[in-house]
Amino acid sequence: MTNLLLLIPVALILGALGLAAFLWSLRSGQFDDLDGAANRILFDDDDRPRQG
Amino acid sequence: MESCQHCGSEVPASSPVGPQFCCRGCAAAHSLLQGVGLSRYYEWRSIDPTVRPLRPDDDALAPDYSVHVRQAENGSAELHLMVEGVHCAACIWLIESLLSRQKGVRSARVNMTTRRLVLRWNPEETTPEEIVAPVLQVGYRLIPYDPAQLGAETIRNEQELLRCMAVAGFAAANVMLLSVSVWAGHFSGMDWATRSLFHWISALIALPATVYCVRPFFRSAVNALRSGRTNMDVPITIGVTLASAMSLFETMRDGPHAYFDSAITLLFFLLVGRYLDSRARGRARSAAEELVGLSAVAVTVLSEDGSRQLLPPHKVEEGMTALVAAGERIGVDGVVIEGASDIDTSLISGETMPGTVRVGDRVFAGTLNLLAPLRIKVSAVGERTLLAEIVRMMETAEQGRAKYIAVADRVARGYAPVVHSLAALTFLGWVMFSTIEWQTALLYAVAVLIITCPCALALAVPVVQVIASGRLMRQGILLKSATALERLALIDTVVFDKTGTLTLGQPELLEDGAWSKEDLAEAAALAMASKHPLARALVRQAPEVAVAANVEEVPGCGLKAGDLRLGSRRWLGVAEDDTAQGPELWFERPNRKPVRFAFQDQLRQDAAEVVSALRKRGLKVELLSGDREATVARVAASLGIERWRAACTPADKCARLAELAAEGRHVFMVGDGLNDAPALAAADVSMSPSTAADVSQNTADVVFQGHRLGPVLEAIEVAEKSGRLVKQNFGLSFLYNVGTIPIAVAGLVTPLIAAIAMSTSSLVVIANAMRLSRRKTL
Repeated sequence: MTNLLLLIPVALILGALGLAAFLWSLRSGQFDDLDGAANRILFDDDDRPRQG
Repeated sequence: MESCQHCGSEVPASSPVGPQFCCRGCAAAHSLLQGVGLSRYYEWRSIDPTVRPLRPDDDALAPDYSVHVRQAENGSAELHLMVEGVHCAACIWLIESLLSRQKGVRSARVNMTTRRLVLRWNPEETTPEEIVAPVLQVGYRLIPYDPAQLGAETIRNEQELLRCMAVAGFAAANVMLLSVSVWAGHFSGMDWATRSLFHWISALIALPATVYCVRPFFRSAVNALRSGRTNMDVPITIGVTLASAMSLFETMRDGPHAYFDSAITLLFFLLVGRYLDSRARGRARSAAEELVGLSAVAVTVLSEDGSRQLLPPHKVEEGMTALVAAGERIGVDGVVIEGASDIDTSLISGETMPGTVRVGDRVFAGTLNLLAPLRIKVSAVGERTLLAEIVRMMETAEQGRAKYIAVADRVARGYAPVVHSLAALTFLGWVMFSTIEWQTALLYAVAVLIITCPCALALAVPVVQVIASGRLMRQGILLKSATALERLALIDTVVFDKTGTLTLGQPELLEDGAWSKEDLAEAAALAMASKHPLARALVRQAPEVAVAANVEEVPGCGLKAGDLRLGSRRWLGVAEDDTAQGPELWFERPNRKPVRFAFQDQLRQDAAEVVSALRKRGLKVELLSGDREATVARVAASLGIERWRAACTPADKCARLAELAAEGRHVFMVGDGLNDAPALAAADVSMSPSTAADVSQNTADVVFQGHRLGPVLEAIEVAEKSGRLVKQNFGLSFLYNVGTIPIAVAGLVTPLIAAIAMSTSSLVVIANAMRLSRRKTL
C-alpha cells in the first residue's frame, strides 16, 4: 500500500511533465513545420543562415 | 538531350547559353549562386517533377510588397510571403542563406510544410525589393500575403484540437493504468478501500481532462441543436458527460464500477480522428490558397504627374489611367486610350484565339495583353466589372444548389434519437419490472449510452476521408470540400469545358503538309520575336532557329522583317477559301506563294481515354464551350462526345446545368475559365485544373495539377471506393451495436467489457479504411 502512495504520484508527475513539455513546444511553434524540422538537421552548421 | 544545370529541364538546341543552360535566366542564376558560394545547393537538392521548374521569369511583374509590410517588435519590418518553386529541403536552405546574407536582414525562415516565408529586416537599411531580388533571380516566385486573412482560423482550431488531444492522451494513459489495476482487482480480491482510492484518483485526472477535451464536441453539438438538428457530436457529448457524472456518483458511494477510462479514451480516439481530418483538409486548402495568390496582380497606375504606381485592384478608381505592359494580365475593366494590341480572352470567354483591340475598344479584367503596351482608362472597378458580375452569377448559382448533408450527419439524425430512447427505455424497464434501486437502473441506462456511443460511427467517415484525401494529394488532386467525395460518388453526368480543360489551352502547329521544313525555319525566325500564342507555337516546332533581325510587330496583323511578312490572312491579302478553319498564320516572301500554317488547340494527352473510361462507367459525358462551333464540333467528334454545345455564355452554361438538375441528374462539372465559374458553382460537384482562373479554383470542390486529365477519373474512382468503405464502416459499427446493446440493456456491461468492445470496433473501422491506401495503378 505504501509503495502505491509513492509510485502513483511519481507516475502522475512524470506524465504531467511530458504533457507540459508538449504544450510548451506547441506554443513555441515547434509543431508548425514538421517537414522542415526533419530536414534542417541535415544542413551543416557552417552553412546555417544566421537567425536573428 | 542535355538537361539544364540550373533548373534541370531539357536544354533546347536553340539555347543561346547551351549546352549547360536552357536560357539566360538560368545561366545568370547559376553564376549568382557560384558567386556567393552557395553552389553546394546543386549537390544537395532533389528535383520534384511535380513542382514548377526553378526557372527565372523574365516577364513576371514584381508585386507591390510595401502594402503587406508590417511592423514587428524592436523596429523590424516584417513580410509574409508564399514561395512557389520549393522542391526539397535544399531549396529552404538556399532561400534562407540567400536572404540572410543580405544587408539589414534580421531573420528569414521558410516553413517547409506550408511553403511560406517570414522575413524580418531593418527598414532603415534596406527595402524588401532589394532583399528578395536574388531569390527571384534564382527562379523562385514570392507572393506577399496577409497572414491574418489566410487560414488563421484553421490554424487556431487545429492547435486547439492538438492541445485537447495531448491532454486526453495523458489522462487516458494514466486512468487506464489505474483501471487495469481495478479490473485485475475484481479477480484477485482487491479491498474496497484501495479500489475506492483508485477510483478517486481516476476521477481527479479524468474529470478536468474530460471537461477540457469535450469542448470542441460540445460546441458543435450545441450549434446543431440550436438550429434544430442533431449531429454525431450530440450523442458523443451526452454519452461522455453522463458516463463521467455517473462514474463520479458511483465513486462517491464506493460502487464497484467506474467508466472514467471509457469516457476519456473515447474522447482521445475521436480527437485523433478529428485532428487528422482537419490537417488533411487544411493542407489541401493551403495549397489551393497558394495557387490563388499567384494570380493576384497589382495594377500599374499612371498618376497625373506622370509617375507610375502599383496599386492592388481594389484601390484603383474609375477614370484613372492604367498601364498594361505586354505579357501582363489586365486587372481592371476599361477602354483603350493609347496603343493597339492582341488580347487573350480565353479566361473569360473560353476562346482560344486572341482578339485585336485598338483605341476605343473595351477590355476586361482577367484578360491577357499579348503584344504591345496599352494605356487604359479605367471604366469599372470592383462590383461593376465583368468579373464581379460573373462572381455574382456564381453566388446566385451557389444559393440555388441544394445544401448537401454529409452522410455522417444523416446517419446521426436517425441514430441519436434511437439510442437515447433505448437508454430511457432501459432505465424505465428496470425501474418498473424489477426490484433494483433506481440508481442501479440509471447505471445500466448509462452503460447503454456508453456502449452505443458512436466511437466507431464517428470515426467511420473521417478515417476514410483522411486516407482518401492523402491518396489523392499524392497524385496532385486537392480536395477542398469535406463532402466532395460523398457527392462525387453520386454523380451520373460529367460536363466538361473545352479550352484549358479537355485541351491544354495552347495551340500546336498542325503537320498538314502545307509547309516545308524550310518554310518553318524561316517563319520561326520571325516568330521568335513575338509573344503571340501562334508565334510561340511555331517556335516550339523549330526551337533551333536564330531570331531574325529588325522584326517589327504590327498589332492585329502580324510580324514584319524587311520583305518577309508573317501574319493574318487579311493582312497578307490572301483570298478567303474553305481552308479558313481554325487558327492559322500566313507567311509571305518576295516572289513566292504565301504558305499557310494551321494550328489546333491540343487535347490533353489522355483526354480520349478518360472520356471513354467515363462512358464505360455508365456516366453521360457532355461538352459545353464558349468557343466557336467548328472547333467544338471537331473536339467533340475526336473524343466521341455526342452531346455538345458551342458558343455558350456563362449564363448558357448555368442554364444547361439547371436543365440537367431538373431531369434529376447529378452533375460533375470540370472547367477552368472564369466563364465556367458560375457553372462550377451550380453543379453538384466541380473540379478545376490548377491552371484555372482563381475564381474557378475557389469555387471548385476539387483542384487537380498536371497536364493529364486522368485525375478526373482517379477522383471518381477514389470517391466510389471511399463511399463503399464508409458504408462498410457504418455496417460494421451497426453490427457491433447490435451485438453489444442487448448485453448493455441486460445490465451486464462492466467497464472492462465496454473498453474492449469500444477499442475493437474502432480498430476494425480504421483497419477497413486503410485498405483504401493500397493504390491500384490505373
